[in-house]
Amino acid sequence: MTELVSSSDAVKRARFNGLKWLMRRLPLTSKIGAAILLFWIIAVLTVSFWPIDDPLAMVGRRLQPPSGDYWLGTDALGRDVLSRTLHGSVWSIPIAFVVVFCAVVIGSAMGAVAGFFGGWWDSIIMRLVDVTVSFPPILLAMAVAAMLGPGLANASIAMVIVWWPIYARLMRAQVLEMRERDHVEAAVAGGAGPFRVLTIHVLPLCWTPTLINATMDFGQVVLLAASLSFIGLGATPPSPEWGSMISEGAARFYNWWIAFGPGMAILSVVLASSFLGDGLRDVFDRRST
Amino acid sequence: MLAYVIKRLIAIPFLLLGVASVSFMLSQMTKGDPLAALVPERMMSNTEVVAAVKAEWGLDKPLPVRYAAYLGNLVQGDLGTSFATRRPVAADIAQRLPATLELVVCAMIVGTTLGLSLGLLSAKYRGSVVDSLARMVALVGSSLPIFWSGLILLYLFSVRLSIVPGTGRLPARVDPPPDVTGFYTIDSLIAGDLSLFLQSIAHLALPAFVLGWAVTGIITRLVRSSLIEGMAQDYARTARAKGAPEHVVLINHALPNAMIPLLTILGFTFAYLITGAVLTEAIFSWPGIGSYAVRAASSLDYPAIGGVTIVGSVAFLLANLLTDIGYAWANPRIRVH
Amino acid sequence: MTTPLLELKDLRVGFKDAEGNWAEAVCGIDLSLDPGKVLGIVGESGSGKSVAMMAFLQLLPSGARVDGHARFMGEELIGMPASRIRRIRGKDIGCVFQDPLTAFNPVIPIGKQIAEAIRLHDRSVSQRDAIKEAERLLEMVSIPQPARRVRQYPHEFSGGMRQRAMIAMALANRPRLIIADEPTTALDVTVQAQILDLLVDLRKELDIGLVLITHDLGVVSGIADEIAVMYSGRVVERGATEPIFYETAHPYTSALIGAVPTIDEAKPLDPIEGTPPSIFARPPGCSFAPRCKRAQDKCRSNDPALEFQGATASACHFPMNGAFRAEIQ
Ligand SMILES: Nc1ncnc2c1ncn2[C@@H]1O[C@H](COP(=O)(O)OP(=O)(O)OP(=O)(O)O)[C@@H](O)[C@H]1O
Ligand SMILES: [Mg+2]
Repeated sequence: MTELVSSSDAVKRARFNGLKWLMRRLPLTSKIGAAILLFWIIAVLTVSFWPIDDPLAMVGRRLQPPSGDYWLGTDALGRDVLSRTLHGSVWSIPIAFVVVFCAVVIGSAMGAVAGFFGGWWDSIIMRLVDVTVSFPPILLAMAVAAMLGPGLANASIAMVIVWWPIYARLMRAQVLEMRERDHVEAAVAGGAGPFRVLTIHVLPLCWTPTLINATMDFGQVVLLAASLSFIGLGATPPSPEWGSMISEGAARFYNWWIAFGPGMAILSVVLASSFLGDGLRDVFDRRST
Repeated sequence: MLAYVIKRLIAIPFLLLGVASVSFMLSQMTKGDPLAALVPERMMSNTEVVAAVKAEWGLDKPLPVRYAAYLGNLVQGDLGTSFATRRPVAADIAQRLPATLELVVCAMIVGTTLGLSLGLLSAKYRGSVVDSLARMVALVGSSLPIFWSGLILLYLFSVRLSIVPGTGRLPARVDPPPDVTGFYTIDSLIAGDLSLFLQSIAHLALPAFVLGWAVTGIITRLVRSSLIEGMAQDYARTARAKGAPEHVVLINHALPNAMIPLLTILGFTFAYLITGAVLTEAIFSWPGIGSYAVRAASSLDYPAIGGVTIVGSVAFLLANLLTDIGYAWANPRIRVH
Repeated sequence: MTTPLLELKDLRVGFKDAEGNWAEAVCGIDLSLDPGKVLGIVGESGSGKSVAMMAFLQLLPSGARVDGHARFMGEELIGMPASRIRRIRGKDIGCVFQDPLTAFNPVIPIGKQIAEAIRLHDRSVSQRDAIKEAERLLEMVSIPQPARRVRQYPHEFSGGMRQRAMIAMALANRPRLIIADEPTTALDVTVQAQILDLLVDLRKELDIGLVLITHDLGVVSGIADEIAVMYSGRVVERGATEPIFYETAHPYTSALIGAVPTIDEAKPLDPIEGTPPSIFARPPGCSFAPRCKRAQDKCRSNDPALEFQGATASACHFPMNGAFRAEIQ
C-alpha cells in the first residue's frame, strides 16, 4: 500500500520534473503562448462565475464606444462586448479541442493502418487522402457544412473532414520509419501479432510530430471555425461565438469595436498556439529544425 | 523532368474524378432540403408543384442515373443551374472568375514581395530586433482572421483616413472598361483610360494587401530559414573565400537556392489564398467567386456550392501542377535531365 | 631575409560546446611559409588543420574565438576589418576546398561563379569579359570544350572536372598563396594524382605559394618543401620534407609514415591504433601519450613543447632520432 502511494508519488514527481525540464527549455514566446492558452482554458471553465455582465443581457445603451464602464463598448443590442468576447471562448475553444482531437484520432488511425499494413490498405487510404487535400480547405468545409445544414456540430464535422488527412500523412510517415527499427523487427520475429506490434511497439514512438502539429493546428481550427460562423454556417446568433460576433460587427463596421474584441481573441489563440507549437518542435523534434 | 511532369499530369484526371464524386456524394447527403430553396413555403403541400419541380431539377431519378448524368454534364462543362440566380453555374462562375483571379494574383505579388523582403531582412539581421520585428509582422499576418483584419483596416484606411476608396472593384457609378481579359487593371490600360486604371488599382490595394499579408507568414518563415541554411553551406564559404561581402553571399548565393523551396510552397500558398479570397471578397463586396460561394453557402444553393467547390479544386490542382513544373524548372539538377 | 607569405604565431581557436564550455581546437601553433614554397600540413581527421587555415582566413563561424597572430605578407589578419580582409581573400589568397560538389553553388553555372571571383576584385571587368576569362581559366586547367562548360552547372561536371574548375577559380586573380584543404580526398583514386599534378604544375609555373592540407603523408612527400604534422590541435613535428621522413623524431609522425601505403605489397599497412581525443576531453600531458608505444609517466603529466631536437622541430619528451641512430649502430 505505502509502496503504491510512494510510487505514484514518484510518478507525479517525475511528471512535475518533466514539466520543469520543459519549462526550462521552452523559449519565452512559447511560455507566453502557453499562458494565453491557459487563460482561455480557465475562462472556458469558470467564466460564468466571473463578475461580468450576462453576455445575452442588454445591459447598456446601444452601440456605445469603449468606455470605463464597457471596456470594449456595447453592440447593436446594448450587450457588453467584453463579456461576450470572454463568453465566446466557451464556444470556440472546446470546439477546436474536439475537432483537433477527432482529426488526430481518425487521421492517425488511418495513417497507422496505411503505413503499417501497406498494400491495398495503403492505396485506398492514401488515395482518399489525396482526393481530400485536392479541395481548398475552406471550400470543402463550406460545402460539407452547407450540405449538412448550418450549425456548430455540422461545422465541426466539416472541419474534421478537412483536417484528418494531415494527421494520416504524418502518422503514416512516422510508422513507416519506425517499422524499420530494430526492436520492431525483433518483435515481429518474436511472433507478436500485427495489432500488438502496432499498438505496443510502433505507435508509442510516433506521437511527437502529431502532438506538435496538433498544437499548431489548434489555432488554425479556431480560425476556420470562426470563418464558418462568419459566413453563417457555424454558430448562430445570439450565441456569442467569435466569428458570428465579427459578422454582426461587419454589418455595422462604422462601430468598429463590436468586432474588435472577438478578433483580438481569435488572434491571441492563433498566435499562442503557433508560439507554443514552435517551441515544442524546437525542444522535441530536433530533426525538423 | 518530363517524366515527372507527365506522372503528375496522369494523376490529375483521377483526382478530378475523386473530387467530382465527393462533390456529388455531398450533394446527395444534404440534410437541408434543396426543395426548400426551390419551392416557396406555402406551395410545399401542393404535391403537383413539388413533383414538377423535382422533375425539372432531376431530383426524382435513381442515384446511379443521377451520378452518371452529373459526370456527363461535368465533362461538358455543365455545373448545373443555380437555384438562386436561375442561370448556369458555369456561366455565373465564368463571369466572376476574373475578379477573383485579379485579386488573387495581386495578393500573390504583395505576399511574395513582402515575404521575400521580410525574410531577407530577418536573415540578414538574424538574432537582432529587426529579425524579431520582421518575423512578428509576418506571423501576425498569417494569424489574423482575415475577415476581421479586412474590416478593421477598411474602417481605418477608408472611413477614418480616407486613403483608399471603399468596397467593390470600382466606384459605384463608374463603368468598367471594355472586357478583354476581365482584369480591370489590364483592360483599363488597353482602353487607354489612365484614371480608370488608377481607380481600379486603388480599389485593389487594400483587399490585395489584406490577402497578401495572410500568406506573408509562410513565405517569410521559409525564406528566412532557407537563407540562414544557405549562409552556412559550403558554397557560402567558397563565396566568402572569393572575397564576397556578406550581403553578396546572401543575395547572389543563398537567395537563388532559397527560390527552390519557395516555389514548392507557392501551391500550398495558393490554397491559403483561396481560403482568404472567399472571406476577403465577403468583406470587400468583391464580385468574385468567393462572395458567390458565401452567398451560395448561406442560401443553400447546392449546385452553386458544388460548382464553386469543383472549380476551386481544379484551380488548386492546376496551381500545384504549375508549382511542380516551376520547381523542376528552377532546379538545374532536375531541369537538365 | 624575405617576409614570409604566411606566418602563424601562437594561433589559438576556441569553440563552445552545447553546455557553454570552451575548448581549443587549435592550441597555439606556429607555422610559416616563404613565397613560392609548398607547406604540407598533415594529420588525422579532427586534428585542427582546417580550423587553423580557416582562422587564418577569418572564415570561421562567428561562435569561434581566435587568439594569437596570423600574418599574410607581414600584415596581421586577426582583428583586421572585414572590408579589408575581403580584398585579400580571393585576390591574394585562393582556396581549394575538399568537396568540390558542395563547394560550388548548385544553382549557378560554373562560368558565372568563376566570373564572380574576378569581378568581386575588379569592377571594371564586364560580365562578358569575365566569362571569357573564366573560359580561358578552364582551358588552363585542361577542361575540354571550355566554351560549353562555362554555361554548365556543377552537377554536370564529373568530380575531377569540378575540382579542376575549383582550382581555376582559385587561380582567377593570380593569387600569391593557395590554400588547398584536402583537394583530392573526395575524388576517385585515379583522378587524385592528376589533380595533384595539375595543382603542383600550375603553382610552379605561376610561382604561387601553396599550403596543402592532407591526411596522407604520401601525398605531400614529393611536393612539399616543408611539412608540419598536427595532432589534436598542435603541431607535433615540423621541418623540411626530407628529415621528416628520414630523421623522424616524433612517434606520431613515425606512425603516420607506417600508415602510408607503399608499392611493396608484402609490407602490411600499419594503422595507428585508437582515436584522437575529443577537443573537449584531452588527457593531461602529451595528447598522443594514450596511443604512443613509447609513452612513459612523464608523457602523461607534462606536455612537451615544440623545439628543435635534431633535424626537425618536435614536441616529444623522448624523440626517436637518438634511438634510431642507436639501433643503426
Ligand atoms: N564550428 C565548430 N564548432 C565546434 N567545434 C568545431 C567546429 N569546427 C571544428 N570543430 C572541431 O575542431 C576540431 C578540428 O576540426 P578540423 O575541421 O580542423 O579538423 P581537420 O584536421 O581539418 O579534420 P579533417 O581531416 O576531418 O578535415 C574537431 O574536433 C572539430 O570537432
Ligand atoms: Mg578539414
